[in-house]
Amino acid sequence: MGAVSLTNIVKNFGSFTAVQRMSLDIPEGAFVSLLGPSGCGKTTTLRMIAGLLDPSEGDITIAGRRVNDVPIHKRNLGLVFQNYALFPHKTIAENVAFGLKFRGVSRDDRERRVREALELVQLPDVGSRYPGQLSGGQQQRIALARAIVIEPDVLLLDEPLSALDANLREDMRVELKRIQQRVGITTVFVTHDQSEALALSDHIVVMSKGRVEQTGAPEDVYTTPATEFVARFLGASNILEATCLTVDGDGVTVEGPAVGRLTLPRERAPHVSGPGPVKLAVRAEKLKLERPDAADTSAAGDLVLDGLVETVDYQGLAARYFLRVGDVQLQAINMIDSHPFAEGERVSLRLRPRDCTLLAGSTQ
Amino acid sequence: MSLEEREARQPVLLLTPAITAVGLLLVVPLGFILVYSFWLRTATGADQAGFFLDNWREALSDPFYRDILLNTLKIAAVTTIVCALTGYPAAYFIARSRGNKALLLLLLMLPFWISYIIRTMSWINILGASGAVNSGLMALGLISEPLPMLYNEATVVLGLVHFLLPFMVLNVFVSLDGIDATLEDAACSLGATRWRSFLEVTLPLSLPGLAAGGLLCFVLAAGTYITPIVLGGPSDAMFANLVFEAIITQLDWPMGSALSLMLLAVLGALVLLYNHFLGMAQLMKGLS
Repeated sequence: MGAVSLTNIVKNFGSFTAVQRMSLDIPEGAFVSLLGPSGCGKTTTLRMIAGLLDPSEGDITIAGRRVNDVPIHKRNLGLVFQNYALFPHKTIAENVAFGLKFRGVSRDDRERRVREALELVQLPDVGSRYPGQLSGGQQQRIALARAIVIEPDVLLLDEPLSALDANLREDMRVELKRIQQRVGITTVFVTHDQSEALALSDHIVVMSKGRVEQTGAPEDVYTTPATEFVARFLGASNILEATCLTVDGDGVTVEGPAVGRLTLPRERAPHVSGPGPVKLAVRAEKLKLERPDAADTSAAGDLVLDGLVETVDYQGLAARYFLRVGDVQLQAINMIDSHPFAEGERVSLRLRPRDCTLLAGSTQ
Repeated sequence: MSLEEREARQPVLLLTPAITAVGLLLVVPLGFILVYSFWLRTATGADQAGFFLDNWREALSDPFYRDILLNTLKIAAVTTIVCALTGYPAAYFIARSRGNKALLLLLLMLPFWISYIIRTMSWINILGASGAVNSGLMALGLISEPLPMLYNEATVVLGLVHFLLPFMVLNVFVSLDGIDATLEDAACSLGATRWRSFLEVTLPLSLPGLAAGGLLCFVLAAGTYITPIVLGGPSDAMFANLVFEAIITQLDWPMGSALSLMLLAVLGALVLLYNHFLGMAQLMKGLS
């Protein structure tokens, strides 16, 4: 059993079901992200683990102990909020020492541990200041120090980076990962930001409408989405309605608009068992744009399509193109070599069949 | 005119109506009162203009006035404490309730739609000899004679609490409503019980509101004269009753002026002390 286990958790708010039969096992020391759009039930799940909400059904265990009836102050958790939630009338040192007071830690030990925690978050000299005198990023570090200093069984992070501005957010992301690895604490991280989840997690739990869509390592979830929702939510994907023709030892053959007929390796279609309607997911960055005259050197098995650039969304490092291929519109994200392609330009699109994923057709 | 000049003038322009109103309606009349307090009422009943210290000497030296002043401050203090103890939980409830805060605040303001005097007099129908409580107890056969419940210090405090409680609740509510509710969650996650997290976090952060409400209740209670008239006995006169008595009953404007300035000075000194120890900035923060 993991450090945190959820078994058939259901949470109803009146007639609305926020979390539907969720089970999750978080290994000791793992960094697990609950990822999904707002309203997917990720924060509700976190609040149930924290003890701020009671599950309507199911069991929650932390460190092997069933905690359904254990009040929040006895669960030994570290909780970090989006808005930092530092006590504005207490100094930084008092904020960090707050949890230690309730754990019977002696005054000397308290001072030492507060000092260590402040060093861990690289803010050793702010102990005598008040939260209002620190920047947002610094406040969030203090909130992290306050949560970690009590040596909790689990660290729960509720969108801790969302209130920071873009550059700071990336710095804090690196910092968070460093601290988590150094302390080795089991961490549950709630976010709607896929890049945060991909960068930080050992496991990602993608949620939608109160259900778990997919669980797995970041790379697996990204490269092999299990459902159309995951394919669309993580990164940018083209989803094409296609038909599965045959499934055999060599692979899965599908026929779809724009792409025509192609054969995928079997492992790219883990959820397809036989012929029928399917969805073909193609990541936008897997569609490589080339000038038509350069496209002859195609490697064997690559699919080469003719397309017309309709819209260019220039992003500096890369560009996102909206292309017309036959009667469908596809999007492609390519690094910019020297110049981006221009609107109205004819291009060749190169696609390797093993970069496509087949999704079961029944999911919406 | 340059932009800077226009901007520098703007605050003055915006303040002008308020300053005019305060000047004409407060400062000028106060000046009249101050002048009056040095006049003297002669035996014939006519006021004699001049600079006499007789009124002030009497007001400051007669223990009668001093005792009533102390009693007034005591009643105001008791009222303020009762308002704080009963108003805080109510404010907490409103601040933490979900959805219907506006309705609850409207209900809180509802009593202001009825005249203060009517509200005060309503206690006579409740606690009087033939009031609701006595009639009820007599009908139940628990007592044979009406209990004398009215016209004592307790009913004066009761009437004042009835009048002032909404001021306290509103002030505390404003400061509680501004406190981030996740602070208590954070305190609980760190090991504090709900009660400890209230004592450690919510209560200290709401003190500015409590202080502002307390000051308001105290000053309004100390300056009241209607409640003791309606609900107090002969020995429960408060200081403002003396002013009322002097000016309205005895037509002794000079003495009434001196007494009212004396009350003003005492309350003003208390506000300054309060300001010194709690800081007006704190009060302002609670109100904003």
